[in-house]
Amino acid sequence: MIEIKNISKSFNDRMVLDNVSGVFKKGETSLVIGASGTGKSVLLKCMLDLVRPEAGTTLYDGRDFYIGDEEDKKDIRREMGVLFQGGALFDSKTVHQNIQFPLDMLTEMGDGEKKDRVEFCLQRVGLEGTGNRMPSEISGGMKKRVGIARAIVMNPKYLFCDEPNSGLDPLTSIKIDELIKEITDEFEITTVVITHDMNSVLSIGDKIMFLHKGKKLWEGNSQAIMGDTVPELEEFVFCNKALSLMRAGK
Amino acid sequence: MLSVIGRYLIFLGKLFTRRESLKVYWKRFIDECIGIGVSSVFIVAIVAVFIGAVVCLQTRANLVSPIIPIYVVSNIVRDMTLLELSSTFMCVVLAGKVGSNIAGELGTMKITEQIDALEVMGINSASYLVLPKLLAAVFTFPLLAIISGFLGIFGGYLAGTLSGIITPEDYVYGIRYSFIPFNVFISIIKAFVFGFLISTISAFQGYNTRGGALEVGQASTSAVTNSCIAVLIADYLLAELLT
Repeated sequence: MIEIKNISKSFNDRMVLDNVSGVFKKGETSLVIGASGTGKSVLLKCMLDLVRPEAGTTLYDGRDFYIGDEEDKKDIRREMGVLFQGGALFDSKTVHQNIQFPLDMLTEMGDGEKKDRVEFCLQRVGLEGTGNRMPSEISGGMKKRVGIARAIVMNPKYLFCDEPNSGLDPLTSIKIDELIKEITDEFEITTVVITHDMNSVLSIGDKIMFLHKGKKLWEGNSQAIMGDTVPELEEFVFCNKALSLMRAGK
Repeated sequence: MLSVIGRYLIFLGKLFTRRESLKVYWKRFIDECIGIGVSSVFIVAIVAVFIGAVVCLQTRANLVSPIIPIYVVSNIVRDMTLLELSSTFMCVVLAGKVGSNIAGELGTMKITEQIDALEVMGINSASYLVLPKLLAAVFTFPLLAIISGFLGIFGGYLAGTLSGIITPEDYVYGIRYSFIPFNVFISIIKAFVFGFLISTISAFQGYNTRGGALEVGQASTSAVTNSCIAVLIADYLLAELLT
C-alpha cells in the first residue's frame, strides 16, 4: 500500500500541488487523472522522490520514503517499477539489455537466471524474439511494452505508469491498459497510473483520484465517475462526445 | 557565476559518492575509452600533422637571418608542439568533438527521462554516467597528447624535408638539440588537467539540461564554449606553475 500525506509542491511561487493526500491499495490499479498541467506528473515525481515536495510525505507500506539513509531508500526503490511516458529506454542498449539492466545493477543473479527472467518478461508483454533490436528500431507501442517489461523484471511491489497511452493509437492504448491491469492482478502489485485518457479510466480504474489545479477534488471508482461528481470533473469527463451522448441516453 | 561554480563543485562531489561496483565502472570505462580516446585518434593525427607542418613552414619563412642556424626551425617546432600544440591546441579541438558529444548524450538522456529511470532504480546517475567518462578522458587525453606530439614533429619533418627548406639531418639534429625531457611531462600534465575540465564541464552542462531539443543544442554549445575558456585559463595557470 502506498500512502501520500499532505503533499505540497510549488515552482517559482506557483503552487503545483496543494495538500494532496490519498491511499493506493495493493492489487488495485489506481488512476490519477486531470487535465494537462494539473500536477499529475509532479505528484508522481514526488512519490518517486525525483522531486522533493515542500511538505508532506509518501509512505510505502508504512515506510517513510523521505526519511532514512540512501540504503533504506534503495531498498524501497528495488521494489518499484516505473514506466515513463516515452519509455525512457536506454538508446545504447538492445531491448534485452534494457530489460536486464536492473538485474545487472541491483541483483547478484547469474547470467542464465537473468536471461530466463528477461525472456519471461518479454514473453509476458508479448514481445518474444525482439530482444536483439535497438529501441530506435521498434514502434512506440513496443517501446511502452519494453518499458513495462523493464518495470516488472525485478518483481516490483509498486508499479508506476506515467501516461502509458500517450502517443499511441486507440487499439494499442487498450492493449497497454489491459497489460497493466493483468500484471497488477497477476502479481498483486500496487499500481498507480497517471493518465488523462477516459478509456483507461473506465476500463482499468479500480480507484480514481481527480486533480484540478494542484488540488484533489474527487476520489472514487469508475462507476461513480459517471454519476454526479464535481463540476470540474464533469467538465473533464463529459468533454468526450461519446461519453456525453451516453450520459444523455442517446 | 558563483552559484554555477558552486553547483559544478556539488556535481563533482556527487560523482564520487554512492558509487556502483568496480565491475560496472570497468566495462563502462573501456567503452568510454573507445568512445572518447580511440575514436579521436584520427582527428588528433590529422590536426597534429598539419599544424606541425605549418609551424615548420612558417618558422622557416620568418627566420630569414643567415646567422641563425637552420636546425633552429625543428627546435622551435619541437618546443611549440610539446609545450602548446600537442596539449592545448589538441584539447581545444577535443573540446569540440568530445565535449559536445558528452553534453549532447547526457542532455538527451535527461530530457527523455533516461536519467530519471536510473535514479528510480536507486542508481547514482551522475556517478554511473559521468565518472567513467571522466576517468576515460584523464586516461586517454595524455596518450593522445603523446601521439599528437610525435605526429606534430613528424608533420614538421615531412613539410620541411619535402619542400626542401631543411635537410633530414638538420631537422633531426634540431629536435635533439637542448632537449628538455620535462617538456614531455608538461604536455602530459596539461592533457590530464584539460581532460578533467572538458569531461566534467561538458557533463555538467548536459546533465543539467532542461526542456527539449533546442536546450540540448544549447547545452552542447555551452559545453564547448565553457570548456575552451576553462582550458585556456588552465593553460595559463599551468604555464606559470610548470615553466
